[in-house]
Amino acid sequence: MDRLTSERLTPVALRAPGRWQIGTVTGIKRETPRVKSFRIRLPMWMPHLPGQHYDVRLTAPDGYRAQRSYSVASSPLDEGEIELTIDRLEDGEVSPYFHDVVVEGDQVELRGPFASYFVWRGQEPVLLIGGGSGVVPLMAMLRHRRRTMPDLPMRLVYSVRTADDVIFARELDEDAVLTFTRKPPDGWSGHTGRIDRELIESVLMPMATAFVCGSNGFVEAASRLLLGAGAARQRIRTERFGPTG
Amino acid sequence: MNGFVSRGFTGRRRTPGEVGDRLPPGQYLEPGFPVLTAGPTPDVATAEWRLRIDGMVGEPREWTWDEFNELPSEEIPCDIHCVTKWSKLGTSFGGVSVDALLEPVEPLDAFVMAYSYGGYTTNHTIEDLTDGKAWVVTEHEGEPLPREHGGPARLVVPHLYFWKSAKWIAGLRVTDHDEPGFWEANGYHNRGDPWKEERYWTD
Repeated sequence: MDRLTSERLTPVALRAPGRWQIGTVTGIKRETPRVKSFRIRLPMWMPHLPGQHYDVRLTAPDGYRAQRSYSVASSPLDEGEIELTIDRLEDGEVSPYFHDVVVEGDQVELRGPFASYFVWRGQEPVLLIGGGSGVVPLMAMLRHRRRTMPDLPMRLVYSVRTADDVIFARELDEDAVLTFTRKPPDGWSGHTGRIDRELIESVLMPMATAFVCGSNGFVEAASRLLLGAGAARQRIRTERFGPTG
Repeated sequence: MNGFVSRGFTGRRRTPGEVGDRLPPGQYLEPGFPVLTAGPTPDVATAEWRLRIDGMVGEPREWTWDEFNELPSEEIPCDIHCVTKWSKLGTSFGGVSVDALLEPVEPLDAFVMAYSYGGYTTNHTIEDLTDGKAWVVTEHEGEPLPREHGGPARLVVPHLYFWKSAKWIAGLRVTDHDEPGFWEANGYHNRGDPWKEERYWTD
């Protein structure tokens, strides 16, 4: 670019998926004994599609690095910031760092948002099916829908082990159906046990797009139930955790 | 970002020595074999299974399961690297080299779209699939390839990120132009060399 042209150009904020940037942790919230949410302010923020992820990279003083991907939990309407909700994996390297070391004001290196398949682009109706921390990218969809199109039909089926494991508990209302696979809370009269055909049929809307996220076993079971209940294969989008950490 | 250090990070899962040298940048060692699939797992019966090579070729070919199993098979020891950051080292597959499959077909052009039962696609150059760099496999570590890992047959291209190794492979289409496949159209790199860390579009 010649100098004249560049001098005439209005400066544009730097924002590009794929560029490493250093964000600042502005808030940390404990969601469950194993899960915390980290609000991170980004110098090169750009709006993400609900369901997209960021890559996080940790660097030790000797240059050793570790990278992991984490789904964004927040709505893209939160300008300048993202929220990453991270499950602490005992044998992990990155998630224990976030849980045990990171405090407000710390800087973290990350880049994103990435991938454009497991994303909600306004399709309706929508059925979200999450197992454990698989609810995180689904929460970005649910939060964004509540703030943009609250009447759009979107329901969440959320499978967790016990009452202590419910992430985003205070934000789940009548558009969410929970099932407890190990120990329901006292006085619970809703679903218990693994998601089954009856549960899927009670929430499946005709022509729904389904987003399923969780462990491989969970996703496999849920997508089989969806197919069995008549959902179209091409309307079932899945995201399976590899072991991560 | 040169010089940035993560406060208080020492790295507790370091993989030392020769094993560590086999991990491309940004990858970590994974002893298991995780499953990553964008949709429900297809169920492909071997009785209906076909492998087809067509497009810009001298002579299109199709193999049934029995015909495919007559082809010379080899054991492929390899390391595999998933773009989601895990690597599995020292694993092995059993199957037929793409060289052997392409030989009777005579490819006339430089690009290949691999396509799968279930609708998955991934794009390659002929160069990345030939000279002993790619196989259509039916076995993993001596056992029939499990369905969740792409059984009955999958493509294996160990020198590229593992999304390039299409599960439930149905065919290879030789074309005169490059076109993004499924993940390549959804934000991932067109080629995906793990040693160059070609993960996303902008890498």
